[in-house]
Amino acid sequence: MAKLRQCAIYGKGGIGKSTTTQNLVAALAESGKKVLIVGCDPKADSTRLILHSKAQTTVMHLAAEAGSVEDLELEDVLSVGFGGIKCVESGGPEPGVGCAGRGVITAINFLEEEGAYTEDLDFVFYDVLGDVVCGGFAMPIRENKAQEIYIVCSGEMMAMYAANNISKGIVKYANSGGVRLAGLICNSRNTDREDELVMALASRLGTTMIHFVPRDNAVQHAEIRRMTMVEYDPAHKQSDEYRQLASKIVNNTNFVIPTPIEMEELEELLMEFGIMEAEDESIVGKTAAELAAEAA
Amino acid sequence: MSGTGKENAMQTAEKIKPCYPLFRDDDYRKSLADKRSQFEEGHSAETVHETFLWTTTQEYQELNFKRSALTVDPAKACQPLGAVLCATGFHKTLPYVHGSQGCVAYFRTYFNRHFKEPCSCVSDSMTEDAAVFGGQKNMYDGLANAKAIYRPEMIAVSTTCMAEVIGDDLNAFINNTKKEGHIPQDFPVPFAHTPSFVGSHTTGWDNMFEGIMRSFTLNTMEGKQVGANGKINIVPGFETYLGNYRAIKRMLGEMDVDYTYLCDPSEVFDTPADGEFRMYAGGTTQDEIKDAPNAITTLLLQPTHLEKTKKFVENTWTHEVPKLNIPMGVDWTDEFLMKVSEVTGKAIPGSLAKERGRCMDLIADSHAWLHGKKFALYGDPDFVLGMVKILLECGAEPTHILSHNGNKRWTKAVDKLLASSPFGVNGKVYAGNDLWHMRSLCFTDKPDFLIGNSYGKYIQRDTRHKGEEFEVPLIRLGFPIFDRHHLHRQTTMGYEGTMSIVTQLTNAVLEQLDKETMAMGTTDFNFDLVR
Repeated sequence: MAKLRQCAIYGKGGIGKSTTTQNLVAALAESGKKVLIVGCDPKADSTRLILHSKAQTTVMHLAAEAGSVEDLELEDVLSVGFGGIKCVESGGPEPGVGCAGRGVITAINFLEEEGAYTEDLDFVFYDVLGDVVCGGFAMPIRENKAQEIYIVCSGEMMAMYAANNISKGIVKYANSGGVRLAGLICNSRNTDREDELVMALASRLGTTMIHFVPRDNAVQHAEIRRMTMVEYDPAHKQSDEYRQLASKIVNNTNFVIPTPIEMEELEELLMEFGIMEAEDESIVGKTAAELAAEAA
Repeated sequence: MSGTGKENAMQTAEKIKPCYPLFRDDDYRKSLADKRSQFEEGHSAETVHETFLWTTTQEYQELNFKRSALTVDPAKACQPLGAVLCATGFHKTLPYVHGSQGCVAYFRTYFNRHFKEPCSCVSDSMTEDAAVFGGQKNMYDGLANAKAIYRPEMIAVSTTCMAEVIGDDLNAFINNTKKEGHIPQDFPVPFAHTPSFVGSHTTGWDNMFEGIMRSFTLNTMEGKQVGANGKINIVPGFETYLGNYRAIKRMLGEMDVDYTYLCDPSEVFDTPADGEFRMYAGGTTQDEIKDAPNAITTLLLQPTHLEKTKKFVENTWTHEVPKLNIPMGVDWTDEFLMKVSEVTGKAIPGSLAKERGRCMDLIADSHAWLHGKKFALYGDPDFVLGMVKILLECGAEPTHILSHNGNKRWTKAVDKLLASSPFGVNGKVYAGNDLWHMRSLCFTDKPDFLIGNSYGKYIQRDTRHKGEEFEVPLIRLGFPIFDRHHLHRQTTMGYEGTMSIVTQLTNAVLEQLDKETMAMGTTDFNFDLVR
């Protein structure tokens, strides 16, 4: 049996991590891989396309009901969906209260102790909240957990910023452990020269753009039906895109300690691709009246 | 201002009174009464008494047991406390708690008060900025300072809630501390995450122990062979009776069995007063830990709370861990010794057979006094299980059996044990309940005695407040014992421990009988010289 590969998916909020992860995992399952998805986001929307459900009952929700996580059993929190994919959601508090990061730690500890990482699994995917705001959200990349990190991004400015920031976070853990950046997944937003830009950023970070996922409304059509592409419309060309992504990840061996870049360098890169305009220092702090006077 | 009466009532340098009886003097009584009436705005004495009586009723007990979100008087402590005790049992090992300073002050005073000994333990004092930025910098300085100042040979790191909530990663932090050169790469720093809001002190002991074993053996299993060193490993678990370490060692010595005590704080918490302060004393050495996988097998003295340890010993060391109960009482001591004999091939010597005979004799001499007496008891799961066993062996009846940190499996084990004896029929098991629940039970279904740690004295006070006939006397067995001296030296395991406990129980019964029968001319017909 091949060794279990644990992968974490990070990226800016709203970039399409959960959608990409589930479509990718569905393609992996279609090719016969055994996969576990662990949703690490209090929104708990990392498994709905696999399970055809609105939101899976989460570990933390059940723990709160039972009074303690120690009173839970694995079967209470683990559901099996399309292609035999096992699904768990960590869950967490409502926005504005409590500590979602601790929820991630508690849930992952629970899964380990209860033996969720069975020998027959080929992959575990952690779908992590967009911003790694505290140590809890780095739990999936602690020692002996996810060793490969994929960052979902697009050619938009903030997505690039986020990818660079996440790389900074990875460096902290990579220096002391085995976690590595395994590539950028470009989830296209149809911006100009998007593939070139993401490839350029990837090479600065010391990695590659592992796949360019084009934008296609079919993904949304599938999503409305709470399905992944390979299940909803296996013959569609977009399904093939996810199959390609899956096979590239299966064959990926390019795992690196990332080399995040300075803000200036990132801005230069964005300017080079016309995403950002050069700042005109002479106008900073001047009111409309002052500028009008100058122009006159 | 002359007059002898006044002088008696006042605090004078010649005769200093402690708070009791000082506060019973007239001037203090008046002062306290004035404070109450003028400033406290309390309820009337009648209302207080009425409410007190209500809390002793069945009706109140039912409400009490419906509590879901509140703990009153917990009968357990938190994980890092257990981790600290575990760390102290290793040679020249400094317990280091990553987190808040106040927590560590609490662990230290807890052990100071129980053992009447100093307890060396450090914290890296995480404050507001560390809570925001993470505690890695604290660890850089903390490990470097602790190593330089206290010269340990190992630093065992555990965590407080604060570090756990912000998700500090000990593995990464410790590796970075070494990588940055604050401490040498090869300096042993085993660690365990010990969030206080999960489990209890016994969970923390288990986690820290597993962490220490892991760090010394996980990556060096090559060349290790089960049975190669001819020894057996003994894992005590969270054990605060120093006599137990000594009793187990003595029995193994008498059997001529070669053993390694994995974790032994019996020296460091019992250092002699000879003018020399010993920050470290005794304890399991690093070489002994490294050699532990070569043992014939590993015996867990308190298996109920050593789940993680068991998993590690079975999976990594590939030891077949024998299924045993805590060696308390005659039966389970027999089982323990027979298992040791079985795995080592060494016979149980005549000296132990004789000791067992003495223990049987002692029980036979006293059992008539214990027969049918009702005991409520609480404490850590394994200890309570062992106490129930001893009570049943003596024909005493355990009634309310409570363990705040007991789980479902523990409940099943106690139920099974109760079912094995006619004296167990009235026993009811409470896992996850606290001492306020126990207080209710002591009022509504009064046991003859309560067995537990020092905190039980408040139940004794409250029951006595209702009236002398309601008083439930406390027999101090367990952890912590703060209000009686030197009981931590006692033995509770083996035949020796069984004798010690039965002696304590019997004398408590006789003490109580004397108390009840010493009324001149009414009950003293039974105030006997010979009992």
